[in-house]
Amino acid sequence: MSELMIYNQTFASDLHVSADIQKEIQELWLARGMSDMDLPDMQLALEEGLANAIKHGNKMDPNKQVTVECFMNEDVVRVVIKDEGNGFDLNEVPDPTLPENLDKPSGRGVMLMKAFMDDVLYNDIGNQLTFIKRCTFDS
Amino acid sequence: MASDVTRFNIQTIDGVTIAKFIDNRILDEATIQVIGEQMYRLVDDHGLRKVVLDFEAVEHLSSAALGKLINMKKKMDAAGGQLGMCSLRPELLKIFKVTKLTKVFNISASVEKALKGF
Repeated sequence: MSELMIYNQTFASDLHVSADIQKEIQELWLARGMSDMDLPDMQLALEEGLANAIKHGNKMDPNKQVTVECFMNEDVVRVVIKDEGNGFDLNEVPDPTLPENLDKPSGRGVMLMKAFMDDVLYNDIGNQLTFIKRCTFDS
Repeated sequence: MASDVTRFNIQTIDGVTIAKFIDNRILDEATIQVIGEQMYRLVDDHGLRKVVLDFEAVEHLSSAALGKLINMKKKMDAAGGQLGMCSLRPELLKIFKVTKLTKVFNISASVEKALKGF
């Protein structure tokens, strides 16, 4: 089965709208039978990716948009999230597991995505995230 | 306390407050904000100094929620109190292990085991 786009939405930087978007995407995944093992990981990555785009990418500016696309083939889910911010350098994100950073309350989103997804990629300027996971679907 | 701490089931055992999360998803920003404020209230407004956070009901947790927990730990430490956590599901424990927050928090398998730490 070739890859199909199952979702494509552009919305203003608003965390409440983001919550609604997440529900829509999760319903699509559930309707396609995504397993209970994979769904929590995908939900976590989607939340982290969208929160980063809105908070750190677009700096909560409601005039800036976030675009989210979801693609699927028979066993791989790919999500692309793009913001209108200036991007960032992944290499400059402090390692939250270093002792001096352990008690800092932020900076763990990318780490969690990397832990739970098969692949996490950013474009060169850092304002477009792609995460990919091989998932099991009950047919 | 029950009137302003609605996102937790609260009980006290041997002088230790067990605050059990009601929500099974602590993912979205609005939920996290409310839970964070209510959690801080346990220390700031109610003056509790021995608290165990019970995660038995929690299935999902985001990095923003981790931030609130870290702030709660700081508040408790600053107040000279003690904060424990218990009953984390394997998927939740994985989040704490990946982020090495197992070094920051005192995590127990059950309420009974957490109480032994006080």
